[in-house]
Amino acid sequence: MSDMHANPSAAIAENETPQFWMTKDHHPENGTLLGFWIYLMSDCLIFACLFACYGVLGRNYAGGPSGADLFELPLVALNTAMLLLSSITYGFAVLEMQKNRRGTMMAWLIITGMFGAAFLGIELYEFAHLIHEGAGPQRSAFLSSFFTLVGTHGLHVTFGIVWLITLLFQVGKHGLTGANKRRIMCLSMFWHFLDVVWIGVFTFVYLMGVLP
Amino acid sequence: MNTPDLAKLIFGRLSLEAIPYHEPILLATFAGVAIGGIALLAIITKYKLWGYLWKEWFTSIDHKKIGIMYMVLGIVMLLRGFADALMMRAQQAIAFNGNPGFLPPHHYDQIFTAHGVIMIFFVAMPLVTGLMNYVVPLQIGARDVAFPFLNNFSFWMTVAGGLLVMASLFVGEFARTGWLAYPPLSGLAQSPDVGVDYYIWSLQVAGVGTTLSGINLIATIVKMRAPGMTMMKMPVFTWTSLCTNVLIVAAFPVLTAVLVLLALDRYAGTNFFTNDFGGNAMMYVNLIWIWGHPEVYILVLPVFGVFSEVVSTFSQKRLFGYASMVYATVVITVLSYLVWLHHFFTMGSGASVNSFFGITTMIISIPTGAKIFNWLFTMYRGRIQFDVPMLWTVGFMVTFVIGGMTGVMLAVPPADFLLHNSLFLIAHFHNVIIGGVVFGLFAGINYWFPKAFGFRLDPFWGKCSFWFWLVGFYVAFMPLYVLGFMGVTRRMNHFEDPSLQIWFQIAAVGAGLIALGIGSFLVQIYVSIKNKDKLRDVTGDPWHGRTLEWATSSPPPEYNFAFTPVIHEADAWWDMKERNATRRTEGYLPIHMPKNTAAGVIIAGFAFVFGFAMIWHMFLVAGLAFLGLLVSAITHTFNYKRDYYIPADVVERTETARTEELAAHV
Repeated sequence: MSDMHANPSAAIAENETPQFWMTKDHHPENGTLLGFWIYLMSDCLIFACLFACYGVLGRNYAGGPSGADLFELPLVALNTAMLLLSSITYGFAVLEMQKNRRGTMMAWLIITGMFGAAFLGIELYEFAHLIHEGAGPQRSAFLSSFFTLVGTHGLHVTFGIVWLITLLFQVGKHGLTGANKRRIMCLSMFWHFLDVVWIGVFTFVYLMGVLP
Repeated sequence: MNTPDLAKLIFGRLSLEAIPYHEPILLATFAGVAIGGIALLAIITKYKLWGYLWKEWFTSIDHKKIGIMYMVLGIVMLLRGFADALMMRAQQAIAFNGNPGFLPPHHYDQIFTAHGVIMIFFVAMPLVTGLMNYVVPLQIGARDVAFPFLNNFSFWMTVAGGLLVMASLFVGEFARTGWLAYPPLSGLAQSPDVGVDYYIWSLQVAGVGTTLSGINLIATIVKMRAPGMTMMKMPVFTWTSLCTNVLIVAAFPVLTAVLVLLALDRYAGTNFFTNDFGGNAMMYVNLIWIWGHPEVYILVLPVFGVFSEVVSTFSQKRLFGYASMVYATVVITVLSYLVWLHHFFTMGSGASVNSFFGITTMIISIPTGAKIFNWLFTMYRGRIQFDVPMLWTVGFMVTFVIGGMTGVMLAVPPADFLLHNSLFLIAHFHNVIIGGVVFGLFAGINYWFPKAFGFRLDPFWGKCSFWFWLVGFYVAFMPLYVLGFMGVTRRMNHFEDPSLQIWFQIAAVGAGLIALGIGSFLVQIYVSIKNKDKLRDVTGDPWHGRTLEWATSSPPPEYNFAFTPVIHEADAWWDMKERNATRRTEGYLPIHMPKNTAAGVIIAGFAFVFGFAMIWHMFLVAGLAFLGLLVSAITHTFNYKRDYYIPADVVERTETARTEELAAHV
């Protein structure tokens, strides 16, 4: 701390030659994780807008069905369990990565992807069921905002799975190199981020939606 | 039986009818653009420049070249956007006493929409981003940005968005909704044609580029500053760039989201902003201004940085109140999120909501005023040199203060009820955008041009450009203040009251003067290139500058600095000169650099095709383009060899050449 209070120019004036150019190679810290974190926050804002829309339009049923009429909580609970489990298994994959065990790491990633696919399958079943019942996104502003919010989350999970498969190939080909570890960490942040968003969806859309 | 369906999947609603051959103005424009375009392509082919352009520019990930390409894009689009402005001014000057003018309402409405969209998204944004891209890494002593490939990709996404807007001129039509496309007017029921779809997809494609470049520059500034450069030793332009990019990342996702919702209303039949089934159009207006208000600060904050650099350089003084300048910038950044509702006081949110937003709006004038005083005190007792950048700066200070004060007037809700959507508002925002952003961009271009190209811009034509712009601005927009007070509303195609005509005629003269200002600028560039040997600067520091970008040669080598500078003071280069720091000319090391890649051009190309196909409901093509986009992006991630080393002897050769050049000119 004392350095911060000292007058730097005075300190340098005492030394005869202040250094103005680095003699060694300067390698700034890699900014990928920070950059990806900032990207996630921008994505978070997209979800914030969709949540806000749901907040404003979520009770505009236009004479159509309400959340209490439509949502089947047991199904949603199962769905939520799938996604939460996938986050845990991704966590195991990262632990294995830190121990440089490629095989088990990839196995956990595959399990994660399968939980993700199960989540998507259940969600698509739910959507198909709603549309079949005449409660599609065109029916009312409530359903428009419901399908868009939940569907956007689902699209993110889909991209996460595509990314996960790509990463499996890359880790298979090049091993756990520095670049690949960084990518695994980025996907890890993405995956857990989607989990956090889903907690919001589960609470605000489904749990509060079935309230009268 | 399947054939017509297939044709529909491939061509959607695109047919020869979409080409506006019955509109003589568009036809003539198209002929002009086509002839000019073919001539340009012929010249490039004749001089075998394709390989050079592709290798050295299009696929380049050098932040300096990308910055220059952004500037070229912005200047080209300025000509288009300004042509729209001239047509509007001409139309309004003659459309009186039963004369319908030369633009039918259908066409006129597209022009004012395109003018706004182009000027904000494809002129101001590329020019601002271009300056930041070029200058920020140099000012912080870095070799490039944090994500060089992403930078190239962002640029090409912006180009793809711009191309979509340009395509709407000749294939189909543009939106007739005003530049923010409020529903229900922009909904499917009122605007069933392709205009609004062009609007949505061009902004969506360009918006991806903008968001990514925002992330990129934040990571660059946070992670890549040279050793010793603490936050409070960063140049002010870097500070304002940081705040701008924070605003970009925090605002553009809202635009993306709201345009997705509008697109869903138009493509999937949802009911977000419709009049029935529970839709709420006010939701759109709120969301788009939650992006839109920060957007104006995204444009103006970087030029505040430009003015800060220019004022202290040309007054030969340290900037007055550096810390207060930084805090003012941060305060503006935060406050810009708390004022969006002042764009629609008349929508009926109630007195308490309106007064909250009126007060927050007025509060913004405090940090802005602090900045103006800081610039004035920097000039006070300085050794002021009235070079062209300084002229723009002084012109800005006078003009922007007037614009700011009319802004405070509009921030008073009762006054706004009278002035809302009137020409007073038009005059106000042109007053701050021309007087602030445009003047600042010209100051920045004149200030940093010698850094980018190694010779100065011709001062005579620069001064002509400045005076035509300055006088032209006042002649063009002061009459609009008057008309606004008389209650004339915006976006009118013709008028009944003949007593108003004189004001529109004066305004048209002003637009003509601004045209001369733009012409002078183009002549300035031409004359400067012709006389570049006379205007040559070999020192790399033509203005006796203060910040690090002036420490290297002009134009800088691709690696920017042979040795990373070590920073001890806020004005790092000034400090080095004061203490007679010498250039280091030995012990060169290999320099680690990123490699060029074509992936950005390819992915953005697919994005363009995807956007175009979506606009015309060519869903098969859209699907294929999206697949292509995905595959090319994934393929790019399989490329692990993205960097190389510039060998030490190449660095040594470059630097020795510079040493000799410097010695020859002392």
